[in-house]
Amino acid sequence: MPFIPHTEDDIKQMLATIGAGSIDELFSEIDTSLRDVDISAVPTRASEQAITRLMQARAQRDSGGLCFIGAGAYEHHVPAAVWEITTRGEFYSAYTPYQPEASQGTLQVVYEYQSMMTGLTGMDVANASLYDGASALAEAVLMAVRANRKSKSARILMPESVHPFYRQVAHNICANQQIVFETIPAEATSGRIDRDALAAWADEDVTALVIPQPNFFGVLEDVDALTDWAQNHDALAIGVVNPLSLALLKAPGQWGHGEGVDIVVGEGQPLGAPMAGGGPYFGILCCRKKHVRQMPGRVVGRTTDLDGRDGYVLTLQPREQHIRRSKATSNICTNQGLLVTAATIHMSLLGATGLENVASTCAATTRDLVSRLTAIDGVERVHDAVFFHECALRVPGRAQDVLEALAARDIFGGVDLGRFYEGMDDCVLVCATETKTGEDLQAYADALTDVLTESSEAA
Amino acid sequence: MTEKLIFEHSRPGRAAAAQVPAEAPTIDDLPAAMRRDTPLGLPEVSELDVVRHYTRLSQANFSIDTHFYPLGSCTMKYNPRACNTLASLPGFLNRHPLAPASHGQGYMACLYELQEMLKTVTGMAGVSLTPMAGAQGEFAGVAMIKAYHEARGDTERTEILVPDAAHGTNPATAVMCGCKVVEIPTDSDGDVDVDALAEKIGPKTAGIMLTNPSTLGVFEQDILTISKMIHETGGLLYYDGANLNAILGKVRPGDMGFDVIHMNLHKTFSTPHGGGGPGSGAVGVSKRLLDFMPIPVVGCSGGGDDPRYHWLDETDVPHSIGRLSAFMGNAGVLLRAYVYARLLGREGMQRVSEFATLNSNYLMTRLKSAGFDLAFPDRRASHEFIVTLKRQKAELDVSATDFAKRLLDYGYHAPTIYFPLLVPECFLIEPTETESRETLDGFVEAMVAIWNEAKNDTATLTEAPVTLPVRRLDEVTAAKNLDLKHDAAAQDTRSVA
Repeated sequence: MPFIPHTEDDIKQMLATIGAGSIDELFSEIDTSLRDVDISAVPTRASEQAITRLMQARAQRDSGGLCFIGAGAYEHHVPAAVWEITTRGEFYSAYTPYQPEASQGTLQVVYEYQSMMTGLTGMDVANASLYDGASALAEAVLMAVRANRKSKSARILMPESVHPFYRQVAHNICANQQIVFETIPAEATSGRIDRDALAAWADEDVTALVIPQPNFFGVLEDVDALTDWAQNHDALAIGVVNPLSLALLKAPGQWGHGEGVDIVVGEGQPLGAPMAGGGPYFGILCCRKKHVRQMPGRVVGRTTDLDGRDGYVLTLQPREQHIRRSKATSNICTNQGLLVTAATIHMSLLGATGLENVASTCAATTRDLVSRLTAIDGVERVHDAVFFHECALRVPGRAQDVLEALAARDIFGGVDLGRFYEGMDDCVLVCATETKTGEDLQAYADALTDVLTESSEAA
Repeated sequence: MTEKLIFEHSRPGRAAAAQVPAEAPTIDDLPAAMRRDTPLGLPEVSELDVVRHYTRLSQANFSIDTHFYPLGSCTMKYNPRACNTLASLPGFLNRHPLAPASHGQGYMACLYELQEMLKTVTGMAGVSLTPMAGAQGEFAGVAMIKAYHEARGDTERTEILVPDAAHGTNPATAVMCGCKVVEIPTDSDGDVDVDALAEKIGPKTAGIMLTNPSTLGVFEQDILTISKMIHETGGLLYYDGANLNAILGKVRPGDMGFDVIHMNLHKTFSTPHGGGGPGSGAVGVSKRLLDFMPIPVVGCSGGGDDPRYHWLDETDVPHSIGRLSAFMGNAGVLLRAYVYARLLGREGMQRVSEFATLNSNYLMTRLKSAGFDLAFPDRRASHEFIVTLKRQKAELDVSATDFAKRLLDYGYHAPTIYFPLLVPECFLIEPTETESRETLDGFVEAMVAIWNEAKNDTATLTEAPVTLPVRRLDEVTAAKNLDLKHDAAAQDTRSVA
């Protein structure tokens, strides 16, 4: 019996100990009408060998293709040691450190993770992670509404240059909390938050302003001015960042001329998680110390044991659902422990220099790609502002058609921005990370040239 | 025995150079005002430093792979290695979530088949795999209930009934969904107090959240009555799948009348707990909630020898509560659950609940014979049961916590002790189906030995553990003097002092 160790003799002896005639008898408290179930539509069991062949065939089917898609999930090299260690059974098959003395490994890893994230973001406190970047933004919004006691409006200014899926998730999770999301448009030429549109809210009660850096178009926002705007208007500033970009860019804790943003969230995937079709990733959430008791999720603290040795425990638990029940800061109970373990190992291996080298190589590679692609007739940049490692390009014809034609050549050319933004049906968001060589970039440029030539001939 | 922090292994100029691009190209167009001018604060260490440090830290953990881990309500069963290996094939790991569906048919086939298997085994009409943990599955469930009433113009239904024995996530979720929580008492057998329930239901009832078997380790005997009562009053039933392992393949929430359920795939379908996540909280719905499911869901056309898979979005699920994650939930976890489900097959799924229940009843009987008190002595155990150490506390002044800490010294992870709140000095014990009789016998012997130690000298318990990397930790000070990150400056001071 797969994964069940019982011998016939065990079963007999155990039933005798219990005083039951059969295993079925152990279910006797359940109404008999409920006990006759037909699950024959579930296939009969497959051997490990058979399922291995099936999965290999399916994985093979999904293999191949040169990926220039970013939009919230990025292809990076993950050192071999990261998942070798992360999937050790002692990390992989442990649970929430409810017994801290038997969970010091997991707890210390999280403490180290929190230390690294506060370093990277320049913030005071990091939690032990949330589910992903999008749900972290939703939690940050809920947190801001609790933390900003000067504001009564529960009004969140949400730029349309924030990842469209993040905006949807924030809306869906906050839907029943009387939170009002006001969209701030992006400037057509720069791709940045439209400052005039923002200024229209100057005399209103605003709870928080969301500031993406880089934004969904890859463009860098004027984060100093935006953070100052929030602080001057008694609104909390919520930064949404790509953690890798922080190796090059000013830390959110230093944005503006005051004390930086209040809350930072982001998608942790670029720090050691494979793309894996969308998850599991992890959500970063950091904040100022003054907001720590409004923070959702787990957090690990250092303390001492009876002999005075350093040790680690889950702390600030009175914020959480298992104690506060209906008055908790969130219903969340897990973090993404395994992903945080991978990220901590990943950041340790890369170090500051490694992270800077990866970030600047990504930025340089995308610049190289953009110059190769914009050399093609009819292809041009959509925005004129400086970008990190993603860029929106206008192409002749419909982006969707161009991308499909590229996919037929095994090149995933980017994201069709028309899917998310009106009037951008001819725009593609491209990304080239450190994993792409000059040959890869040229392969994209050549394929795009072919595709565009074919479509102009067809027309 | 304690391991230094990785930062304390750091030496200026040391690096794991094989891992990264050798050079940092200059990015000329980046304005100075946007550039970082503060240190990143990451350690400078070699690859061997990193491997050794984190390997050592792993060894400071108890885990299923190293210890019996009978943590009640958490289903700490063996996580088959094949699930991880096969979900980690390069074709799956390297697939971008927004890559065209034409290049993701293998992955989508797995998800579609998982949806179908989960539908069958739970008796529901539809399944959405996107919620990223049990708590998010709960959120999806209550949000669907709320959206369902609102779509019918039934906007007065804002009350969610929750038994007082429920997991804390239930009331926390109801509040996140904008509902009012109405608590229902439990009777002396551990079942929902049906008379009290009858008084609390009415035109404001949006629904009830039930765990079955309940958090008290017993099957809700009046479930069909409760289901009828709630439906007659116009409410819906939510099934908290925390304890699905107890009934997998034997009894189906859909047949009990539940309209929406969440499943903890990291429990019942053996995906890793990972030191606290990732979880995976797939939801199943009855027919009336099909149009409300969270997206994305995998659809299939063609069928037969040529199935084609595609993503269902808002247009296919018109009243969807929407997207709850940036992409596809904890996608890689779903692959692990799929492999596990296929390795079990339908016979194996039934065996899960049968042997989980056999192990639980066996362990309960043996502990009872050894003199321990059961919280519900007249009831069968489900896949878990509760011992109360109230008597030991009164007679010997040793608490459930003391027993738990001493168990760690004996090499057993402690059962759940902080929950359920209704039972004083509780041990919620869930052995799972993957443990052998010898392991269970060993646990009983340890419990008896610890009790005997308590009779001789309580300090053996109150000072435990003594064999682990640290002894009992001061949680009060941890919460009062928050130390939530390593401070490089403080480290320098320390080394000077």
